[in-house]
Amino acid sequence: MSEQFEPVIVGFTCNWCSYRAADTAGTARVKYAPNVRLIRLMCSGRLDPTFVMKALAGGADGVLITGCHPGDCHYIEQNYKALRRFLLLRRTLAGLGVEPGRIKLIWASAAEGLKLAHEINQFVEEVRALGPLNWPKWNDQPAEIDAVKEVA
Amino acid sequence: MSENTPNKPKIGVYTCHCGTNISSMVDVENVRDWAKEHLGSEGVIVSRDYKFMCSSLGQELIEKDIKELGLERVVVAACSPHLHEKTFRGASERAGLNPYLTEMVSIREQVSWVHTDKVVATAKAKSLIAGTVERVAQNAPLEKLKVPINANTLVVGGGISGIQAALEVANAGFHVYLVEREPSIGGHMAQFDKTFPTLDCSACILTPRMVEAGSNPNITLLTWSEVVSVTGFVGAFNVTIKKKARFVNEELCTGCGICWEKCPKSVIDDVYEAGLGYRKAVYTPFAQAVPKYPVIDKPNCTFFQKGTCKACEKFCPTNAIDFNQKDEYLNVEVGNVILATGYDLFDAGRVTNYGYGRLPNVFTSMEFERMCNASGPTGGEITLRDGITKPQTVGIIHCVGSRDKNYNNYCSTICCMQSLKFAHLVKERTGADVYEFYIDMRTAAKSYDEFYQRVLDEGTLFVRGKVAEVTDAARQPHEKGKLIVQVEDTLIGKQRRIPVDMVLLSIGMEPRADAKETGKLFGISCSSDGWFMERHPKLDPISTMTEGIYIAGCATGPKDIPGSVSQGAAAAARVLDKILQKEVELEPIRASVNENKCSGCRICNNLCPFSAISFMPELGITRINPALCQGCGTCVAACPAGAISGTGFSNEQIFAQIDGILMGI
Repeated sequence: MSEQFEPVIVGFTCNWCSYRAADTAGTARVKYAPNVRLIRLMCSGRLDPTFVMKALAGGADGVLITGCHPGDCHYIEQNYKALRRFLLLRRTLAGLGVEPGRIKLIWASAAEGLKLAHEINQFVEEVRALGPLNWPKWNDQPAEIDAVKEVA
Repeated sequence: MSENTPNKPKIGVYTCHCGTNISSMVDVENVRDWAKEHLGSEGVIVSRDYKFMCSSLGQELIEKDIKELGLERVVVAACSPHLHEKTFRGASERAGLNPYLTEMVSIREQVSWVHTDKVVATAKAKSLIAGTVERVAQNAPLEKLKVPINANTLVVGGGISGIQAALEVANAGFHVYLVEREPSIGGHMAQFDKTFPTLDCSACILTPRMVEAGSNPNITLLTWSEVVSVTGFVGAFNVTIKKKARFVNEELCTGCGICWEKCPKSVIDDVYEAGLGYRKAVYTPFAQAVPKYPVIDKPNCTFFQKGTCKACEKFCPTNAIDFNQKDEYLNVEVGNVILATGYDLFDAGRVTNYGYGRLPNVFTSMEFERMCNASGPTGGEITLRDGITKPQTVGIIHCVGSRDKNYNNYCSTICCMQSLKFAHLVKERTGADVYEFYIDMRTAAKSYDEFYQRVLDEGTLFVRGKVAEVTDAARQPHEKGKLIVQVEDTLIGKQRRIPVDMVLLSIGMEPRADAKETGKLFGISCSSDGWFMERHPKLDPISTMTEGIYIAGCATGPKDIPGSVSQGAAAAARVLDKILQKEVELEPIRASVNENKCSGCRICNNLCPFSAISFMPELGITRINPALCQGCGTCVAACPAGAISGTGFSNEQIFAQIDGILMGI
């Protein structure tokens, strides 16, 4: 078998819809690509853009952001704020020379385990097609790490 | 045990086999050894695995280590935190460790159950564990928040489930607002003639409950009313209820019925009589309606449309008719809400090949219920659409709109038993031959299969197969003037054409057309089929993900009457539990402002949908009211100065988790 690039993807979920969609996918034994590692937040509105930057800087090739469907937010409307930030973040990334396709926002209700699995598979393929994100390893450059921490 | 790394809290990692659920796809022993070896520098001083971490022995293992090794943080790699976070935080608490210093890693739902390569799955489990180990080091001890519970309860929906829930709470001595959008409570059950399998008269067993609900001093009955807005949270919901104008003064009305006797305008009743009968423009849906006060149907009232008539007003002996009545808006404070909003019936006209709406003698199950009912439009006579002819042969088609990928995939649960009941009633009252066209016979509840045997013994003919078509196009002389049911009899492997006089469509249940809006109003979600979603489908079927909002009856999925009653009572028990505790414990996940860092830029001010954030002009800073904050963290993410921090999900915690997850990269 030829060596194919396996992207590393960090995913953010909200506690109420998309994390439970992952639970639903698990309970139903839906199989999906193992490239995504999920981090639970209370709400997609909690997603600080620096989380995404940090994940990409730390070695992730892509970041998946998930939340409740518009109108279904457990906190009424905070997923709309996640949407706004996502759109701005795509532009920022493009400005930094990073393909905006490395971040993706999807909505998944707690019932949509199948949909989440499908979206994960699709995103893994998309990031695989983009190839590795070769950002410089900042571990060797403490000054820059400090600069990032300052911003965060 | 390895020595503790300076400046790092002492962490214990516990990896669960979950029988073989995890260990069949994740090399648990390998993970255990790796955690000790590679995460030792991160503070991990002990790493263990166990067959079932959630068992009492597994929990004792953790408790023992906390006490003997002085663990300061615990990481349990097992199932989803939504299942066992409480369990393990409880174990930590018993051993004297603040529960919020324990975190779970889902390596079952997110790893072993969804991946197929053991090497990759094990690697992913390690990376998730590393993330949580880094995160938990940043966790701070937290105390649960306590909020008082308002003892009033809102029940939405006055069907049997809602009535049951309201009575249970009211009988325990607490106040209930029972809201129903129709003029009377009773719901679908009030429309039925008989209930399976006992053949109890539906009204005879329901109406005493309705009267009880109507006369209980602890129940405020709000019929012809709808909830229009809900704010607040568990313990303190503020609900606005629109009380639609009845145009009848409830203080004066005695329910004597002279108004609807004198009303000259007849209207087809497509709610209670399922379109088979008539009511007046001023009406109560049925004789035993609770409350007894009628409503005036404004779009159909001659006075409202043409400006003259007022027959009801002229004849009313107590001057109760009030054409100037306006919609009223009531504001009520409640601590808990039970949603028992019921179901809609599937629209039989959508299955065009069964001819409903086109072939007059094709009836829906609800039309047949009304026809059988002695107080219904035919006075209990089973006749064809002409109102005179008795059928000689009747065909009953199961699963109309259910178990069909063109309509609804799910089984509507009650249609088999309902169809068997119909077969019995047709036999009993007309002696006609009855065919049941079924896919599978589902009679799985107490005394249900015995009823099936009884109907079999009565001589009903059963044809196993999905009906292709109902048509009036005769091919043979004996088919002339009949409805022909075209069906594949799968038990003999042949196509059959069976001529009948009358066809009954056993239509399925569907979520309410406005279920999604109702869900949004109360902050709960619907499953992909559209039914309200339970907190856990097996173990918590009457709770939702929103604290203080409970669901009961067919609003959560198709159900029979005993099921709806049980859920109504169960939801009430939950509410009573909350009320009797007087206060509810909430997760201490809240945002707070570091006032030294806040520059007063006010970027966060408009972000909070709960109005928890307010600006203090005299101090030039922003403050967050912890009683209103729900902990979503949107303001934390927005603060450009990093002045807002969120407990439980702080920047430090998330950054550490990202670092940990990407550690090996």
